[in-house]
Amino acid sequence: MNDRVYIAGVGIISAIGNNTAETLRAFENETPGIGPITTLNTIHAGILPVAEVKRSNDELATLTGLPANISRTALLSMMAAKEAWQDAGVNNIKGFRTGFVSANTVGGMDKTEEFFAEFLRTSKKGGRLANVVHHECGSVTELVADQLGIKNLVTTISTACSSSANSIFFGARLIKHGKLDIVIAGGTDALTKFTLNGFNTLQILDNKPCTPFDENRNGLNLGEGAGYVVLVSEKVANVLPKDCYCTLSGYSNANDAHHQTASSPDGNGSFLAMKNALYQSGLQPADIDYINLHGTGTANNDISEGTAIQRLFDPNYPKMSSTKSFTGHTLGASGGMEAVFAALSIRHGLIFPNLRLTTKMKALPFTPEKNFLKEQQVRHVLSNSFGFGGNCSSLIFSTL
Amino acid sequence: MADLKQQIIAQLNLQHITPEQIGNDQPLFVEGLGLDSIDALELIVLLQQQYNIKLNNAEDGPKVFSSVRSMAEYITANKHA
Amino acid sequence: MKLYIRGTGNISPQNTLGPSSLPSELAEYNTNRLQSIEPDYSKLIDVKLIRRMSRVIKMGVAASLHCLQEAGIENPDAIITGTAYGCLEDTGLFLQKMVQNKEEMLTPTAFIQSTHNTIGAQIALLLKCNGYNNTFVHRGFSFETALMDAMMLLQEKTANNVLIGGVDEITDFSFEITSRFGLFKKSIDSNLNLFSTPSKGSIAGEGASFFLLCNQSSPKDYAALDAVTTFYKPSDNKEVEENIREFLNEQSLLPMDVDILLCGRSGDDKGDKIYDHVQNTIFKQVPAINYKHLCGEYPTSSAFALWLASALVKNQSLPPVFPNPEKKRIHRILIYNHYQMIHHSLMLVSAC
Repeated sequence: MNDRVYIAGVGIISAIGNNTAETLRAFENETPGIGPITTLNTIHAGILPVAEVKRSNDELATLTGLPANISRTALLSMMAAKEAWQDAGVNNIKGFRTGFVSANTVGGMDKTEEFFAEFLRTSKKGGRLANVVHHECGSVTELVADQLGIKNLVTTISTACSSSANSIFFGARLIKHGKLDIVIAGGTDALTKFTLNGFNTLQILDNKPCTPFDENRNGLNLGEGAGYVVLVSEKVANVLPKDCYCTLSGYSNANDAHHQTASSPDGNGSFLAMKNALYQSGLQPADIDYINLHGTGTANNDISEGTAIQRLFDPNYPKMSSTKSFTGHTLGASGGMEAVFAALSIRHGLIFPNLRLTTKMKALPFTPEKNFLKEQQVRHVLSNSFGFGGNCSSLIFSTL
Repeated sequence: MADLKQQIIAQLNLQHITPEQIGNDQPLFVEGLGLDSIDALELIVLLQQQYNIKLNNAEDGPKVFSSVRSMAEYITANKHA
Repeated sequence: MKLYIRGTGNISPQNTLGPSSLPSELAEYNTNRLQSIEPDYSKLIDVKLIRRMSRVIKMGVAASLHCLQEAGIENPDAIITGTAYGCLEDTGLFLQKMVQNKEEMLTPTAFIQSTHNTIGAQIALLLKCNGYNNTFVHRGFSFETALMDAMMLLQEKTANNVLIGGVDEITDFSFEITSRFGLFKKSIDSNLNLFSTPSKGSIAGEGASFFLLCNQSSPKDYAALDAVTTFYKPSDNKEVEENIREFLNEQSLLPMDVDILLCGRSGDDKGDKIYDHVQNTIFKQVPAINYKHLCGEYPTSSAFALWLASALVKNQSLPPVFPNPEKKRIHRILIYNHYQMIHHSLMLVSAC
């Protein structure tokens, strides 16, 4: 098995920026992307804040070369995947075996919703088929794989909020097992009425901008976006024109097996994922310089995750923050986006702030970092992604 | 309360239980019937759909839904015409 | 590294849950939609848990439980599922309510049960399994990439056994919509004659097929799983041939080392041409059999094929309904399947 897997390129689009440079500026200026709903025609507009990407489908289509009438999930995916690919500088795609491992939670549901209303209204005879042809999660992935010209291996993972963390470490293992040389891995999700209403039924949406890890937190804000990293083997890293960002030094996937949606009070699944990722990387808790928290802002997640962190790190806690205070919770894209943040954190020596934190959680002996910090020595970053169905994944990124 | 029990059974898909098996004062959550947080959300919608009652304060949930009797009393107290 | 299939659980349009071989009396259908023959779930799963399970989840759970029982394992080290469509019934239900109620008075159950990973998650919840848990949702590659993930875990020794399965269901909504795409024949006289007169379209199927895969052998194993590969949108027959030869080459095998070719022929004239080609060229000397007349066409049907191949190798005899192959010991079965000419896969199964 090959030893190390490197991050050679990153790409991202979210409510705080349409690319990596804009994203970094937003973190530095502490400008979050959460605001009123403008893109969805829903009764919740004006009530529930969300984190929308500030580009219309037409604009995304022009920038990506994909048709404007396809799912926004695919358009966002292409934006970020293309940026990552170009950033990696791997131009001679034919020389290496390349794969695309993507993730999303509801595929082309933004289009399916439009279809369904018409379908029902006409006793299942109506509705434009073009709106459901890319309903499946895998179809959205293929639109992007085809546009990028990747075909050695194309697949899609869907494990709720941990989806793209899983796709990144599946991609890394494909390289370690010698099946591929390069893998673009990450995830995407667009805002849809389906997810907005679904989460609303669970009463875990905040009707104000979310306050992760705050004592008085009130829920999450849904967001949309896409984040991808280009994973390469050591052999490929040696022939690239520029330095890689970091390595993926540890990863783990565990299941909480407690409840369909709620996390266990002692954060068992989270604890196992973090602990095993550390073990896999050969690092100790004290080696971690920054934790990118899953930190959705729900009453349940933050105490569960916080308890797991306490169990593992006490009494020495690294700096940590929830970037969802900027980008909202982007579901299938969150693991991928946060992997990009981890790579940027190591490359530029940055700690991203946890916004709107006013009251420390009483039950925890630590609290996230409120300020944007630069010129930090960031050698190892732990990134957490915990989802419905008890799916918990943790990734560790390390300096070169 | 017999009607309410039928509605609870239907809403929560409790196919294995008959209304006679649910005691009026039997705890609904944790012990007794062993319902959970998802069921609580379903019951909130049941109140709205069947009785046009909106549970404004989610914190009242545990009290209102502690038993069939407490639910029935809440409905009687808050039912709109 | 050789991997071993220690247990299986298969719910399909044939009577396959229970017996570890294809029944001699096959279920015959004269509709273009084959539905699974399902057990009485209340006898297999705690009633308190069943209420949170839609049909596809029950199928997956029941098949998994049978598989684990057969393998003699209570709690696997990992659970991996492949499903292209996920939980369609609940997705459709939530969408329907959302549209009809104009987003008011919606309830959470259908939503939380609609996510693709619910099948794998419910199995973990039932077993209280904290191990690795993943779900692949890539159309005709969903099962194969799940299998690749399982095989890598076993080779890494992150897990010593993995519960891995392929599941897909048909619902009234999904059948209505996929029919409008022209995927299925308008009518058939019998699924058992599916290949006699090729025409456009196949027949719709569904199923849940689970396996307990181990990195060490045991006397109760069905078969060994030697290798799996996928190839995406091959441009022509030549590319298909190259992929097949390369796959066999990596196993140090020639086409004539394969005893049976198990084909994913679907009855669709256009799609089946590649099987004709492959049977007339590379595998000219190799007897071929089909399986989609038994389970129908669906994205994860290759999981049914793997079950069938394992059962054939384990029992070392072909039922009379299959065309007459040469009578010799079945040592190797190669499964070659494609889904809508886009997702091609090869799986090699051998006797232990």
